[in-house]
Amino acid sequence: METALPLIFVAVMGLSLLLYVILDGYDLGVGLLLPFGNDQEKDIMIASIGPFWDANETWIVMGIGILLIAFPSAHGIILTSLYLPATIMLLGLILRGVAFDFRVKAGAEKKAMWNRFFFIGSLVASMAQGWMLGSYITGLNGSFTNTVFSILIAFCLPALYCVLGSTWLLIKTEGELFAKAVGWARKSVLPMALGLFFVSIATPMVSEVIAERWFQLPNFIGLMPIPISSAIALILLTVLLRRDVEALRAINPWLLFICPVIVCLMAALGLAYSIFPDIIIGQMTIWEAASHTSSLMFTFYGVVIALPLITLYTIFIYRVFSGKATELSYDA
Amino acid sequence: MEFDPIVLSRVQFALNISFHILFPTITIGLAYFLLFFRIRYTQTNDPHWEFIYAFWVKVFALTFALGVVTGIVMSFQFGTNWPGFMEKVGNIAGPLLGYEVLTAFFLEASFLGIMLFGRRRVSNRLHLISTAIVAVGTTLSAFWILSLNSWMQTPAGFTYENGVMIADSWLAVIFNPSFPYRFAHMMVASLLTASFFVAGVSAWRVLKGVDGPATKKVLKVAIIAATFLTPVQILIGDLHGLNTLEHQPAKVAAMEGVWDTQNGAALTLFGFPDEEARTTHAAIKIPKLASFVLTHDWNGEVKGLNDFKGKHPPVAPVFWSFRVMVGVGMLMLLVAWASSWQLWRKGELNRFTLKVVFCMTFSGWVAVLAGWYVTEIGRQPWMVTGLVTTAEVVADHTAGTVLTTLIAYVLMYAFLLVSYIGTIFYLSSKPAQSLLRMHNYNLPGRHPEDRAFNNLISD
Ligand code: HDD
Ligand code: HEM
Ligand code: HEM
Repeated sequence: METALPLIFVAVMGLSLLLYVILDGYDLGVGLLLPFGNDQEKDIMIASIGPFWDANETWIVMGIGILLIAFPSAHGIILTSLYLPATIMLLGLILRGVAFDFRVKAGAEKKAMWNRFFFIGSLVASMAQGWMLGSYITGLNGSFTNTVFSILIAFCLPALYCVLGSTWLLIKTEGELFAKAVGWARKSVLPMALGLFFVSIATPMVSEVIAERWFQLPNFIGLMPIPISSAIALILLTVLLRRDVEALRAINPWLLFICPVIVCLMAALGLAYSIFPDIIIGQMTIWEAASHTSSLMFTFYGVVIALPLITLYTIFIYRVFSGKATELSYDA
Repeated sequence: MEFDPIVLSRVQFALNISFHILFPTITIGLAYFLLFFRIRYTQTNDPHWEFIYAFWVKVFALTFALGVVTGIVMSFQFGTNWPGFMEKVGNIAGPLLGYEVLTAFFLEASFLGIMLFGRRRVSNRLHLISTAIVAVGTTLSAFWILSLNSWMQTPAGFTYENGVMIADSWLAVIFNPSFPYRFAHMMVASLLTASFFVAGVSAWRVLKGVDGPATKKVLKVAIIAATFLTPVQILIGDLHGLNTLEHQPAKVAAMEGVWDTQNGAALTLFGFPDEEARTTHAAIKIPKLASFVLTHDWNGEVKGLNDFKGKHPPVAPVFWSFRVMVGVGMLMLLVAWASSWQLWRKGELNRFTLKVVFCMTFSGWVAVLAGWYVTEIGRQPWMVTGLVTTAEVVADHTAGTVLTTLIAYVLMYAFLLVSYIGTIFYLSSKPAQSLLRMHNYNLPGRHPEDRAFNNLISD
């Protein structure tokens, strides 16, 4: 157990953060796209994420929570180094999270302002997350190249979120807005693909450790499925999006949404491979950072019981709110 | 000007948590009010309850959202500002926070969706259950976080190994000596805060003539709740104080402003504690009462601050905060009982009483913050009583960095608080769609359109 528990927790943490990127990714993406809809479309766009965003955001609390529970010393070092981007992200998330409610409750003349805050908050939060990811991959030292690298990711992550957001809208909307969402998806795929490409090239360049792990011969071949699957998913998405809007209405929209999800999954696997067995690249391994077995064991019971339950009721909620979104209504 | 990053980090932490607590305090209590409205509706089928629910669930949604976003800040704060804290006590604090996420946050966040948007998508029964789940979820949140906080006040159930703490009995950690008192006191505080909030907003609506019988009904419910909860809270507070006397006598000495250990100590009502001169200026005292309150014996011994020189908290803030909390508690008692009396005798509140009740809208916030300042400042200089000091665990950011983020938070919070209160009263100033119908047609079911509406909402 002593060696296994930290591994289990690092897996759960990784899973939480991956789920965060996918789930909050689509609702942050919708936030990024908000300025492009007209007033009525804005309402529907928000309605499409209304019942979900809070639970989506809870996955980052869970991810950070596990980092804290299972790897307290790494938690301290990572969050202290990421102080500035983390604070900026939090301010963004605050602004956006409250805008959901204020925009419909604060009165018609303030709605435009809150819509704008919703967009700004989403943008700030996603760029700050990119920045954090960049600094984390480069081992948390702020040299010049590393900073450039982090800035690069700060611009790529929003593109990924736009793809997730627009394909989510394909699931949730119909009519004119659906057509618009197709347009948004088409436009954001290329920046996302380019971003992914550059990041993949740049990562081994900024980190010798990562380069070493990837470019040893047997490993390199064994790892090929990762980039290949992402490429296939991206190509599939591009090809599907080439069809005209009417044809797209006929196919199952989940197919389109799954494509960026696969890309996220593969990126996560690649990243996990790059970092493992460290928790802070080149500084600290999972086992060095792990907290005491008694704490891990106690939390482990909770995870084993709670995670399946959370999964079950999350599925239940998604089923209750399945189908196309109508305007946001607090129906009494 | 020179700033000390430790002080700034503390100010920032205190600001963030003070702002966070405002919203959960309301949602924990309000969730039970909503549950009550829902149950009443299910029992009676009286659409008044449905209208009331429709209005308050909006307020709930707004408050909840503020609680969530400020809570996410809290979950990062430990790492960003107090890394040493988690290194030393992470083995204990971590799992407690983890259980909060696992058992409470996901539950609340998921079922909130049904509560807010699911009325037409699920059966009345499932909607009722979802409301109950959200209420339980908020209570579970409070359970875990207060367990952690109480453990920091009165640590138990652990051993020390190589400078870190390790739990050897989780039951003893969770149900540490001050936890039952703190949990009970906080739960009742939330219910009380929500009662006065609901009563205050409803009083305002009645005063402005915004709408009819439904609002008067809520007002009554809230006043009756406050009437019973206030004395309960005072009783629990007293027990809580006795528990604190046992485990953190220096805190109680600061609360009471007692300098020298003595038998038959007097209770200081007001005064100006002076730590340099080690005396309380211009004190108004009642002989022997402190001994009686604290030991339930007129000549009992009360330990004074001079016994804890250098190891007691700053006196004035603790002393004053305590008086503010107790003062608000007494005021609540007065207002709740006077209003109940009037309701009982006359059947409704007169304009003057309505105005007083309106003035008490946010009184719960004042008492809660004051109470937490007593608790937390009273724990200083310790982070974990007797084990870890606050200065040991601070992160080494430069003062400039912390000052910048602090200013950003202050601006953001000021803006949000103004928007929040403004929006609450904006929402209350015009009848909600459903309440509008009530108002125009006076009674449910009389007017054809009203009947159509009833069919709509009860399917
Ligand atoms: C509506 C809110 C409210 C009201 C009316 C009161 N309190 Fe309170 N009090 C709280 C809300 C609160 C709180 C916010 O919930 C605290 C902070 C930490 C805690 O456990 O509860 C608290 C703390 C607190 C403490 C500190 C315990 C410690 O730190 O160890 C004591 C001794 C009391 N209370 C006693 C009282 C008494 C004698 C009251 C009589 C009027 C009273 N409280 C009214
Ligand atoms: C919710 C209501 C709470 C309020 C209003 C509150 C307020 C405060 C204040 C004012 C301080 C500063 C004391 C000082 O520095 O002199 C403080 C310190 C602290 N509190 Fe709380 N607190 C609350 C709950 C909690 C909880 C639930 C926890 C832990 C789980 C906690 C953990 C801490 C820690 C770690 C400090 C030390 C940092 C410091 O001294 O500034 N607090 N709190
Ligand atoms: C250091 C202390 C605290 C931390 C780290 C913390 C953390 C959090 C987080 C992360 C959330 C958002 C959950 C979500 O995403 O749904 C949250 C919400 C919440 N917190 Fe806190 N919290 C703290 C103090 C408190 C205290 C003292 C209470 C009450 C006694 C409390 C009660 C709640 C409740 C009920 C919610 C649900 C949202 C709401 O009702 O507004 N928290 N908290």
